[in-house]
Amino acid sequence: MDEPVIAIKNITKRFGDRVIFDGLSLDIYRGQTLVIMGGSGSGKSTLLRAMMGQVPLDGGEIIANGRSISFMTGQELMDWRKSVGFLFQSGALFNSMTVADNLALPMREHSDLPESTIQIMVKIYLQMVGLRRHLNKMPAELSGGMKKRAGLARALMMQPQIFFYDEPTAGLDPVSSAQIDTLISDLHSKLRVTSVVVTHEIKSAFRVADRMALLHRGRFVVVGGPQEFRSSKDPLIRQFIDGLSVGPLSDPRGHEDYEKDILQLG
Amino acid sequence: MFRQAIEVLGDFGLMLYRALVAIHESLVGGRGRRIGRANLWWQMNRVGISSIPIVCLVLFCIGAILELQMAKPLSNFGVVPLTADIVSLATFRELGPLVSAVVLTGFGGAAIAAELGTMVVGEELEALEAQAIDPIRFLVVPRVLATMIMLVCLTVLGDIVAVFGGMVVGFFWLGIGVRQYLAHSREMLHVQDFVTGLIKAGVFGLLISSIACFMGLRVKGGAEGVGLATSRTVVYTIVALILVDLLFTAAFFYLGF
Repeated sequence: MDEPVIAIKNITKRFGDRVIFDGLSLDIYRGQTLVIMGGSGSGKSTLLRAMMGQVPLDGGEIIANGRSISFMTGQELMDWRKSVGFLFQSGALFNSMTVADNLALPMREHSDLPESTIQIMVKIYLQMVGLRRHLNKMPAELSGGMKKRAGLARALMMQPQIFFYDEPTAGLDPVSSAQIDTLISDLHSKLRVTSVVVTHEIKSAFRVADRMALLHRGRFVVVGGPQEFRSSKDPLIRQFIDGLSVGPLSDPRGHEDYEKDILQLG
Repeated sequence: MFRQAIEVLGDFGLMLYRALVAIHESLVGGRGRRIGRANLWWQMNRVGISSIPIVCLVLFCIGAILELQMAKPLSNFGVVPLTADIVSLATFRELGPLVSAVVLTGFGGAAIAAELGTMVVGEELEALEAQAIDPIRFLVVPRVLATMIMLVCLTVLGDIVAVFGGMVVGFFWLGIGVRQYLAHSREMLHVQDFVTGLIKAGVFGLLISSIACFMGLRVKGGAEGVGLATSRTVVYTIVALILVDLLFTAAFFYLGF
């Protein structure tokens, strides 16, 4: 098998008493679309941010392009970030700029291209996501789905070979979700980019995934292909995929100290 | 509590250091290190130009108030025209930069904190980092430079307007001629009075913008956090302005300026 593009090695992270990662390990291979699933607050988005070098780890390491992110110099980290496209949950467009300026910003910052070329590229990428007619609008004038598509176009501007998607379809109607999924699949099939998609939307996950991982209590409890997930009898996977309210993924109700708490017995 | 305060001060110092390094690099560096003239101009316009009317109004009133307050005690000695000396000196050395800075704190400082705080809440800051754009260089540096430049300009304007305010009151209420008033002002003021005021203005500008940026970038907890950062920015900045003003005045006094 190829060398992994990103190797997550036994990472640990706590926020106060809360354990986010508890010896998490995973390899991500070139050209693959990996979907990371897990409940709300399970640490999926934190993992993406850790892979961008935005969240310091307590232990373990993440190797990107052969270098540990924790030990990258400022310039190496900048170069790594330039090679990654990141679609944020909200789109994270800059509200004080038009859609066109949002897209142009990374090119103006990191390239020597003339403004006329940048404007042509902006139109090409906006056309790709179906927003060319909205280039002069402000982000506040766009719907949630349009913001995400604009965010995707902005992430495409630097032509990255790796894409991170943080809940790309969360809060969208089924049609907008399908459009975003189609864009993700198209990028994968046409440009052969490596993608890491964080989501808890099952339909969306199966539409785009080559490989899936389920994050639970700081560890990947299951890693496998979409078909393995579909046919799995593992109660964890079944509860997540079937959306059952009772099962191993449910939060424990804490009955053991319930009476003490309610009667204020200390 | 004490440790937390030290940590906050350390973080503030680090941000300020990174901003100063970024200013230096932007002057000598290449692409990816520039501030962007358009961005700087936009910030100067937003922070400074919009506060010109309010600074002028406040300093006109300050000049007029000072003139009236000084008239009574000086009339007992028959030296009412000396009010011009007091108004001019107090304005150029002290009130011009300080009052302009306080007005700009409410106008520009609060706006900067609210704007950056909203960006933090909206993941815009993380988006900048994800695109390998340094938020200090891209967000903090233009705001710091714009506030420093505009506060110096506002102070020059405010000084003139305050003296004009005093002169108007002196002419219409106290019977001091315009030429007499200006002659007294010219006689009292020296270059160092003007320069020390401008030095203070530059430092006050740095203080206002850096505190506002620091508070804005540390926002946590959504809209409530933005509101808290905005009000804290105004309070902390005004306290810091008074303390730094005291230090400057003591230093200038000691050095004989």
